[in-house]
Amino acid sequence: MKQLIWIMSCLGWLAVSANAQATPEDHRLQVVNAVQKLYPAIKFEDYVHGALAFSADAKDQYDAIMAFPPYDSEIEKGAKLWATPFKNGKRYADCFPQAGKNVVGNYPLFDAATKKVVTFEMALNQCRTANGEAPYKHGDMNTMGLLTAYARTLSDGMKMNIKVEGQDALAAFEAGQRFFHQRRGQLNFSCAGCHINHVGNVLRTEYLSMAPGQATHWPAFRGGDYALFTLQRRYAACNQMVRLAPLEIGGEEYNNLEYYHSYLSNGLPLKASVFRK
Amino acid sequence: MYQFPTSIRAAGACLILMAGFAQTVHAAEPKAPTGQELAFDNRKGNCLACHAIPGDSKAVTSTNIAPPLISMKERFPDRVKLYAQLWDASRTNTDSLMPPFGKHKILSDDEINKVVDYIYGL
Repeated sequence: MKQLIWIMSCLGWLAVSANAQATPEDHRLQVVNAVQKLYPAIKFEDYVHGALAFSADAKDQYDAIMAFPPYDSEIEKGAKLWATPFKNGKRYADCFPQAGKNVVGNYPLFDAATKKVVTFEMALNQCRTANGEAPYKHGDMNTMGLLTAYARTLSDGMKMNIKVEGQDALAAFEAGQRFFHQRRGQLNFSCAGCHINHVGNVLRTEYLSMAPGQATHWPAFRGGDYALFTLQRRYAACNQMVRLAPLEIGGEEYNNLEYYHSYLSNGLPLKASVFRK
Repeated sequence: MYQFPTSIRAAGACLILMAGFAQTVHAAEPKAPTGQELAFDNRKGNCLACHAIPGDSKAVTSTNIAPPLISMKERFPDRVKLYAQLWDASRTNTDSLMPPFGKHKILSDDEINKVVDYIYGL
């Protein structure tokens, strides 16, 4: 009997220590498996559609708009920004491997030298400043927004491939994870409260999307006026809805959040400049 | 061009000003919202975001997040407990999504009481 108690308590300790060392991958699988258990009929690759995965009607409307996107001229403006050479003759394509094709799935990445998360938008700005141009404001949809509306389409179909390697990267990931799970604002909501704990439930009239997949379809053209939203502009809008003064778009808190949030979408294909309600 | 005498112009200006003033006074006293209106308003209680209200045909929602608001008197024989639930639901359930309407001053004390009166009758 004593032996059994010892064995049981050892097993208990093992379970506790394993839990304490849960890796980002363990966490991602836990979140994904919870969705799969609740909605076995929804395929993993359809998580990229978010709330549309729960409503055939909404998905039909999306497909109809995506067949002839009314905001195509905006993406064209972004294409022009992307192709226009800097004053020194270099281009954005010169700053990225494969001339910028199939790179976005690696962002945000963690830069071990600066010990900071680097978003794709930051990489675009680094390209600008390295070539003697002034950086764009991350929250300016007429410059940075439009540029990403084209540049990100060059990675359509690439799978999200975020890496968390080393203690500093893990600390940034965990900062993002805390942000996602912490209640905020006058309404006291966390991202996880809805998008992990109540996936597929209906908030008044809208289905709540699952966290995995959410980071794959940006930027988006939203609503009746197809307003351009980068992922971080969406974070700011979300924070405003829970009545929290939005944080800085392109600031460290949102960058860490995007790092964690994007990691949850690992293995899912990207698609830029989509329509969202 | 014909000019109005000064006195008539002054009287006219006075009337316009008075009309504007009367309108302002009128606008400053909007009808206080009812408990039902506070419960439905998505800037106020927004109960319909998470609760269906099957007993009120005007309550239009597709939600399935939290329990429907029915038989409230049976579920909360003590009205004080229902008030406390609206004030800060996390005190009885730490995982509750429900915003702490009193604690975070989303609704005033008077507004919470009106909402409680409304849902207590459901």
